[in-house]
Amino acid sequence: MTFPKGKLVAIMGLSGCGKTTLLRHIGGVLKPTRGYVKVNGQIIHDLDRGALYAMRRKMGMLFQFGALFTDMTVYDNVAFQMREHTDLSAEQIHDLVLMKLNAVGLRGTQNLMPSELSGGMARRIALARAVALDPMLIMYDEPFAGLDPISMTVVGDLIRRLNDALGATSIIVTHDVQESLKIVDYVYFMENGVIVAEGTADEIRASDKTFVHQFVHGEIDGPMPFHYPGGDYRQDLNLRT
Amino acid sequence: MMAAFLDVIRVTGHRSINAVWRIGMATRFFFLTLLYSGNSFRRFHLIIKELFSTGVLSLIIIVVAGLFVGMVLGLQGYETLKRYGSESALGSLVALSLVRELGPVVAALLFASRAGSAMTAEIGLMKATEQISAMEMMAVNPIARIVAPRFWAGVISMPLLAALFSAAGILGGYYVGVVHIGVDNGSFWSQMQAAVDFRHDILNGVLKSFVFGTVVTIIALFEGYDAPQTAEGVSGATTRTVVTSSLAILMLDFVLTAIMFRGN
Repeated sequence: MTFPKGKLVAIMGLSGCGKTTLLRHIGGVLKPTRGYVKVNGQIIHDLDRGALYAMRRKMGMLFQFGALFTDMTVYDNVAFQMREHTDLSAEQIHDLVLMKLNAVGLRGTQNLMPSELSGGMARRIALARAVALDPMLIMYDEPFAGLDPISMTVVGDLIRRLNDALGATSIIVTHDVQESLKIVDYVYFMENGVIVAEGTADEIRASDKTFVHQFVHGEIDGPMPFHYPGGDYRQDLNLRT
Repeated sequence: MMAAFLDVIRVTGHRSINAVWRIGMATRFFFLTLLYSGNSFRRFHLIIKELFSTGVLSLIIIVVAGLFVGMVLGLQGYETLKRYGSESALGSLVALSLVRELGPVVAALLFASRAGSAMTAEIGLMKATEQISAMEMMAVNPIARIVAPRFWAGVISMPLLAALFSAAGILGGYYVGVVHIGVDNGSFWSQMQAAVDFRHDILNGVLKSFVFGTVVTIIALFEGYDAPQTAEGVSGATTRTVVTSSLAILMLDFVLTAIMFRGN
C-alpha cells in the first residue's frame, strides 16, 4: 500500500477489517509483527521514542469523534500543539489559531467548550487542530461517522481543500463510499487485513468485483454474508426435523 | 469434585498473577510519573489548575467533616475524661487524636472518595473518548501532560487538607467542650499547647498525610489510565480507586503509627 505525496487516499472495508489498525501502525501506536510502515523514508517501528515523537509532529490525525480535550475551549484545543511544540509568542499563536479556525469556518466558536458544539462542528474543530502545525501527513479515522448530510459534505470539502492547500498527503479510513469517492484520488479496499481491491474513484465505481460492487452499492447479499457464522438454526431453536 | 478443586486453584492462580501484574504496572506507572514530572514544575500553572480541582473543591467536605469529627471527639472525650476527673485534658485529647490519627486518616479517606474518584473518572473518560490517544498522536506525552500535574496536585493538597481537617476538628471540639459543656477555656488551650509536640505529633501527622496523598493519587491515576474504554470499565475503575485507596490508607496508617509512635 503506498500513499503518494499530495494525494488523498481512502481505505475502505467492513468494520473490523483492520483499517484503524493500519492508521495505528502508521502513527507508531502499534508495532507490526510482520512487514513495516515507512513514512518519509523512515521505518516507523525502528524509531526510538524521541524520533517517533519528532515524526508525529509532522503528522496530524482526526479521530472518529474528534477527541477534543473536553476541559479546554475551542481556542485552547487548536493552540495546544503550538504551545507544546513551538516557541511562538502568544500573539503569533492567537493569529495562527484564528487562521486555522477561519479555514474551517468556525472562527466565532473560539470561546466555546467542546460540549457546546454540534457533532459536525466538533469534527471541524478537530480538523483545525489536526492541521495546526501544517503536517505533511494527515490521517482521518471515520471523518464522516454520525454526521448529517450537510456536515458530511462540508467536512469532505474541507478535507480536500486542506490537503491541497497544505500540499500534504491524506489518508481517510471510512465506510462512507459515496462521500469519500467524491473527494479521493485513490481507494484501497480491505478485508481481514488484506487488500482485495484498489483503484481511482471512477475505477471503483465501475468495478465488477462482487465485493466492491456489494460495498459500493450497499447490497445485503454478496460475498459478505448477512449472518455472522453460527451453528444450525433449527438446532439452536431446539426444533426436530 | 477434583475438577472443581482444580478450578478453584486455577482461578486463584489467575487472580494472584493478575494482582501481581497490576501492582508491577502501577509501580512502573509511579516511576514514569516521577520521571516525567520535570515539565510540570517548569510549567507550574498546570499544577495550580489541578490544585484547584483536587484541593480547593475538596475544602468544603474536609472542613465540615473535620468540624463534626471534632465535635464528636469533644463530647465522647469529655464523657470519658470526666470519670477520671481530667476534663481539663480535653484540649490535648482532641488535638492529639486529630493531629496524629484522625486528621490524616479521615481526610485521606474523604480525599480518596471525592478527589480520587473524580481523577479516575476524568482520566478514564479521557481514555474512552480517545483524548489520550490524540495527545500521543500529537507527540505530547500524556503521563507528563495529564498525569504528572494531577499527581503533584494530589501530593501537595493532601497534607494541607489534613491540616485544615485537624484545625476544623479542634474548633469543633472547642465549641462542644468549652462553649457548650463548659470546660475551662484556659485549660483547654494550655493543656493542648503543653501536650502537642511540633516534631513528634504535627510533623509525623504531616508525613502520614503526605504518604497517603501519594498513594491515593497514584492509585486514582493508575486506575483511570488503565480503565477499559467502556462505561462499565470507568465505573469499575472508580469503585476500585475508592476501595483500594481506603484499604491502603488504613493499612499504611497502622504501619506508620507503629514506626512513629511506638512506645510513646
